[in-house]
Amino acid sequence: MTTVPAPIHSTSDPRMGLGERLHGWAVSVDHKRLGIMYIAAGLIFFVIAGLEATLMRLQLIAPLNDVLTPQGFNQMFTMHGTTMVFLVGMPVLLGFGNYLIPLMIGARDMAFPRLNAFGLWLFVFGGILLYYSWIGGDGLYGLGGAPDTGWFAYSPLTSKAFSVGHATDYWILGIMVSGFGSMTTAINFIATILCMRCPGMTMMRMPLFVWLMLTVAILVLVALPVLTGAQVMLLLDRFLGAHFFDPQQEGSVILWQHLFWFFGHPEVYILVLPAFGFISEIIPVFSRKVIFGYPLMVAATVSIAFISLGVWAHHMFVIGMPPWLNSLFAASTFLIAVPTGMKMFNWIGTMWGGRIRFDTPMLFATGFLVMFLFGGLTGIMLAVVPFDWQLSDSYFVVGHFHYVLFGGTILAVFAAIFYWFPKAFGRMLSEPMGQWTFWLLMIGLTLVFLPMHMSGILGMPRRVYTYQPGRGFEIWNLISTIGVPFQIAAVLLLVINVVKSLKSGRVAGPDPWDAWTLEWETASPPPSENFRKIPTCTSARPLWDRKHPEDPDSNYE
Amino acid sequence: MSSMPLAHSAPASMPSRGKVGMICLIGMESWFFAGFIVAYLFYIGKSSTGPQPRDVLDLKPVLVNSAALIASSFTVVAALRKLARDEMGAFKFWMALTILLGGYFIYGTGVEWKGLIEDRHLTISTNLFGTTFYSLVGFHAFHVVVGLLMLTSILILSMLGHINVVRDHMRIELVSWYWHFVDVVWIFVFTTVYIVGMRP
Ligand code: HEM
Ligand SMILES: [Cu+2]
Repeated sequence: MTTVPAPIHSTSDPRMGLGERLHGWAVSVDHKRLGIMYIAAGLIFFVIAGLEATLMRLQLIAPLNDVLTPQGFNQMFTMHGTTMVFLVGMPVLLGFGNYLIPLMIGARDMAFPRLNAFGLWLFVFGGILLYYSWIGGDGLYGLGGAPDTGWFAYSPLTSKAFSVGHATDYWILGIMVSGFGSMTTAINFIATILCMRCPGMTMMRMPLFVWLMLTVAILVLVALPVLTGAQVMLLLDRFLGAHFFDPQQEGSVILWQHLFWFFGHPEVYILVLPAFGFISEIIPVFSRKVIFGYPLMVAATVSIAFISLGVWAHHMFVIGMPPWLNSLFAASTFLIAVPTGMKMFNWIGTMWGGRIRFDTPMLFATGFLVMFLFGGLTGIMLAVVPFDWQLSDSYFVVGHFHYVLFGGTILAVFAAIFYWFPKAFGRMLSEPMGQWTFWLLMIGLTLVFLPMHMSGILGMPRRVYTYQPGRGFEIWNLISTIGVPFQIAAVLLLVINVVKSLKSGRVAGPDPWDAWTLEWETASPPPSENFRKIPTCTSARPLWDRKHPEDPDSNYE
Repeated sequence: MSSMPLAHSAPASMPSRGKVGMICLIGMESWFFAGFIVAYLFYIGKSSTGPQPRDVLDLKPVLVNSAALIASSFTVVAALRKLARDEMGAFKFWMALTILLGGYFIYGTGVEWKGLIEDRHLTISTNLFGTTFYSLVGFHAFHVVVGLLMLTSILILSMLGHINVVRDHMRIELVSWYWHFVDVVWIFVFTTVYIVGMRP
């Protein structure tokens, strides 16, 4: 078990030509390279989807504007939402899982390395297929273009009668293909976590991030097949004349909503649980304290996943469900706030009395706590049925989910980038630039998304390409658009930071943050077999035990 | 690429990654079918025109089909027993029988569909019953075909002498799990379509 064959050649061998190096990446089955490619591809889509959002904000900067046509606006919000959920959120988070899980549990690779590569490339080609709709969506009719039915693609908008051409078909197939990629990756995560842990790494000693990814993988396996099934039905409708979602032929548009949101709500937790994982790793290290209430965090994670399968109809309060169903789904939605709140308190409890170091990762983690709390509170408000009847499909909802997804997930992803970049590339990102990125992003987020709550309460519906003057919407929309350049600057700064630091960043060494989980035990970047010698683990903080043999955690377990 | 055989050997105390992977796949597929079964139940009795299940579905041939499919779960178990004892001749026999029984199921489904389409004029676009019936039963039949392809590959490999008991027993057992799963799904589909869906 101890001798490992030396890698034939490593990533950074300067003698290799560019073509050879690219070829090395393309055929790689190494979870670290696959993880980096997942994240890189996701970030490229992040820029694309961000540009789409910028166009929408430009259109809405003033009433009766005409930057975009109505049709173009519909395509923009559809592509923006679809891209952000399926081609940014999922792959970036799965990418971090790919990179970190084997390192954190002391394994040499994932359980199924080839399947892992297959999943990555399915995702990439799914994304290309979706974007190909700009070219091929016209079909034979010269109509269409990109899909324009919204990211939840409600029927009957997606029926043949209303979606002429092939835009909707590209939407279905692109999401389906990348969905298969996510499902294979989820299987890989579960098999890796259950079967490949190093000696001593019991389930209750795993880093919380690994617990969260295990839960996410299970949610993926439950939620995504239902979406795929619904998409198959839609394809049958569109190509073979079936009537699943065809109200003309007694089909039900409500069934699509049920199937979609049965997937859709767990999906938002798929997008936020990994972020909880990042935060749960970063806050203890920068507070110099053990995570507060580890078993409770695990229990809260599992119960969030469980409850999130039974709340989907809170997206459908306005369709006119019977009161008992409305009450049931409102109640289950309130319930999910309990374990989420427990997590909040545990993170704060970890910081409480700690010797906090506000390095960039910790700044972003703190920003996450504030923004996510705000988004969670507006979520609770929306779970109140009469309140939702007023504000459903308004900009208030847009404000809510951007606070949880951008203020939550994306801030956590930024924290994770700053935290694990030194591990992946052996160099630190620049700290001053990181601080600037943080503040620019916080200002941008607040300027763009806070006013949306106001315009929503004033009655501005979402997904409208323009609005009339004199209804009080102007100022809020203007402020929203003013926030955009701040966000663009923040992202640009991150790109510059990455490019510069890759070349000339401070050399990191294996453990720049004085952390406690196994990924910091090996070199930065880790050798292709991860660990020269498979590590062992005596508590939830194996590195602490090795650094402090006089007072190891294992004494307290 | 540098291949690292060590990456694949899990410590002895951990569950086998093949088994965990197959259980995940089966769990995932179950939710897939759940969507189609929900759609079927949702639309029972909602078609106001066209043939209704009670008018056109014929239980007797379906019962014979089902018996064949369920029997094939037992024959594949028999095949695995023989494989474990390295009796390759008997193994091939039971595998072939499994494939025949599964093949008969597909044949039977084909005959049923031909009758429905040609004599009863029920297609996927006739009404909601046609829509949900063909998609649910067809989706299951698709899975049976995938299972048959895997079983047939194993049979061909064993006839060419490429099966090594020590190395391949687990893999073949995992394929048999998939086959059992396809079988169990049929019990649910059968109950949905031919029992619940046929009630007056
Ligand atoms: C305390 C927790 C939460 C509660 C109670 C909650 C509640 C709700 C409710 C009731 C709606 C429906 C509003 C409507 O359409 O009328 C909604 C929408 C939404 N929520 Fe949440 N939410 C919570 C957390 C989250 C989280 C953590 C995320 C994602 C990370 C999220 C993402 C979304 C999205 C994307 C939508 C809008 C979907 C759409 O219509 O396009 N929510 N939320
Ligand atoms: Cu929800």
